[in-house]
Amino acid sequence: MAVAGSAAPISLTEEERTSTPWRDAWRLFRRNKAAVVALGVIITIFSLTISAPLLTHLGLLDARAGDAARHVINPANVPQVDVYPDPGTCARDGQDQNPYWCGWLSDEILVDVQNKYCYRPAPEPDRQQWCYLLGGDSSGRDWLTQTVYGGQVSLAVGVLGATMSLIVGLIYGLVAGFYGGRIDNLMMRIIDFMYGVPYLVLVILLQVFFTEISREYRGTDRGGAIGLILELNASMGGLLFLFVALGTLSWIGMARLARGQVLAYREKEFVEAARAVGASDRRIILVHLMPNIIGPLIVAETLAVPGYIFTEAFLSFIGLGVQPGTPSWGAMISEVRNRGGFFSNRFILIVPSVALVLTALSFNFLGDGLRDALDPRLRGT
Amino acid sequence: MSEAVREPHTYAGGASAAYAKDKEVLLEVTDLKKYFPIKSGIVIQREVAAVKAVDGVSFKVYKGETLGLVGESGCGKSTTGRTILQLYRPTAGSVKYAGQEISTLKGEALRRMRREMQMIFQDPYASLNPRMSVGRIVAEPLVVHNIGTKKEREERVAALLEMVGLNPYFVRRYPHEFSGGQRQRIGLARSLALNPSFIVADEPISALDVSIQAQVVNLLQRLQEELGLTYLFIAHDLSMVRHLCNRVAVMYLGKIVEVAESEELYTNPLHPYTQALLSAVPVPDPSVEERRQRIILKGDVPSPINPPKGCNFNTRCPVSVDVCFDTEPELVEVLPGHWVACHRVI
Ligand SMILES: Nc1ncnc2c1ncn2[C@@H]1O[C@H](COP(=O)(O)OP(=O)(O)OP(=O)(O)O)[C@@H](O)[C@H]1O
Ligand code: SF4
Ligand SMILES: [Mg+2]
Repeated sequence: MAVAGSAAPISLTEEERTSTPWRDAWRLFRRNKAAVVALGVIITIFSLTISAPLLTHLGLLDARAGDAARHVINPANVPQVDVYPDPGTCARDGQDQNPYWCGWLSDEILVDVQNKYCYRPAPEPDRQQWCYLLGGDSSGRDWLTQTVYGGQVSLAVGVLGATMSLIVGLIYGLVAGFYGGRIDNLMMRIIDFMYGVPYLVLVILLQVFFTEISREYRGTDRGGAIGLILELNASMGGLLFLFVALGTLSWIGMARLARGQVLAYREKEFVEAARAVGASDRRIILVHLMPNIIGPLIVAETLAVPGYIFTEAFLSFIGLGVQPGTPSWGAMISEVRNRGGFFSNRFILIVPSVALVLTALSFNFLGDGLRDALDPRLRGT
Repeated sequence: MSEAVREPHTYAGGASAAYAKDKEVLLEVTDLKKYFPIKSGIVIQREVAAVKAVDGVSFKVYKGETLGLVGESGCGKSTTGRTILQLYRPTAGSVKYAGQEISTLKGEALRRMRREMQMIFQDPYASLNPRMSVGRIVAEPLVVHNIGTKKEREERVAALLEMVGLNPYFVRRYPHEFSGGQRQRIGLARSLALNPSFIVADEPISALDVSIQAQVVNLLQRLQEELGLTYLFIAHDLSMVRHLCNRVAVMYLGKIVEVAESEELYTNPLHPYTQALLSAVPVPDPSVEERRQRIILKGDVPSPINPPKGCNFNTRCPVSVDVCFDTEPELVEVLPGHWVACHRVI
């Protein structure tokens, strides 16, 4: 609150005294309960996926690929056969129940995937007990492990995709809006053109292209820049090319938004005041424009995250996303479809779907909360 | 009227002006023009027209004085001020500060010149960056010009805040916590940070409550005395500038129509436009107020894109004659120090 001239502001509460724009934003954000919960969910998912290797190390999860040799399944779902030729069939035989599902720490049967055997071990009270908490897929890979590691892909695509498109769009929009004139005109015409390109079709075509060259050069020792990129992409499970494909068009909306924001602030008197004291363009952009325009851009990017996540899931579902063997929610859903698992593993489909929807919803609610907090037009409401 | 071309520097406040005899010229503006191009075309943009916001303005500002620049909204006052400060580069004409041409300055030389001339803005809400604390706002000119250490800057900011009547304690607060008048003081502290000698005050009080206006005007006057400042004071109505300004220039549609010392202008307005403006100002003296006749101008201000031929006031002038419609009147010194651009005033 404003205090007259020289009055000592003793009457101010601690909160008022330390009121800064960012602190105000946090205060407004906290008011939106759904957003706070969403933030909590996102942080939880984040920590889980990031600490996945640690969880593996601790033995709480399987290795990333999820096809560790030893698994334990519920004996109730497995015929009373000690040795079974194929884990794919051993579980399905006789039961139409979820074959790889087991209860907590029940009596168990081991599936030896490498040797394609299921067998019941002798009961040993002190042997470590293990089960598919959320079931497994038809190759005997733990579904929970895949879900957690799949979260890495989804979050990487969502968050890195959003960050990249924010950075590119912000720079593009800043340059166009700030310098204006001919540069602006040219840059905006390019964007108009790109708006006409169907996004998903372009992404699919690019991914087909990338998948083809990756396949062509797989195993060959190509060397050179292209070889290096292909190798890097392979080591990232195909994520690099996925980023490129998603990133080609995703920034254009952001660039438009950034440009509009710059135009709104460029003529503001505080920018002119900075110019009048001799501030450089660089300083005006970084100190005066950026902090003022970034809010709505962050909101828009947060709300765009589910889009990136769904696109990745869709691409992986149709086999154009991550490389085979890399866990991803979309690939998991596709797995259920391909192996006909849906009917026998009714619950198994729910796991990646819930993860997908929960993550997407959380980002939406978070974006809503950020809008309340960061969009100055809604200030004071 | 003779067709002889006048020397531009004799346009305003020439040597014969009694007021100016012993005064040093600080700023000299000659035939200043600022056109804003209007472009059209999708890929290749052509210039189809121009807003003639300032269209041949000449005047001088003497050291230590306050020159008022008055006119209706949209007549180009702010544009004039901004073009003088090189916030807009002039389309044509010259701006000389202390004898040095500044409209051609670039880069470092221009930056150095900016330490001399500053601006106070009309809108106290838009002129402070909402994301910067008061301390950072006031210190910005020092940071930009790399003056002093961090500690010296802090001390200077505190001194500046005190100078404009604010508690130095406010440095960590943000602009949204202040009232309009306080914000205007913060803006003033910022513009004083570099110790300028010349300040363009663009309607610094129009956005404030009447009760606050007087405070800010008094502050401006006190600072002028203490720091020896020279002001170009922009206002849109004449009543405000009377006791603040030594001289007043009246602007209409991008041109100056009359310049005179304040008292002279108020008691003896010669241009029909000035007369109309003044007739709208209430007079404190009841006997004069009774006789005051409001001159209502007909029509609207024409568009600055396409100003009328001849005298640009001819569409609304109650006393226009034929010559007004094809010849533009020049700004002529009709009385010592009193310049008017009108065919009917010789
Ligand atoms: N950046 C710009 N681009 C295009 N036209 C402009 C620009 N700035 C001002 N103008 C035009 O120039 C004319 C003069 O504007 P200016 O702001 O100088 O008027 P003013 O006398 O300060 O008015 P006010 O009292 O409302 O502040 C107006 O017609 C305005 O529309
Ligand atoms: S020149 Fe003519 S139109 Fe212009 S103000 Fe004088 S009398 Fe009126
Ligand atoms: Mg103005």
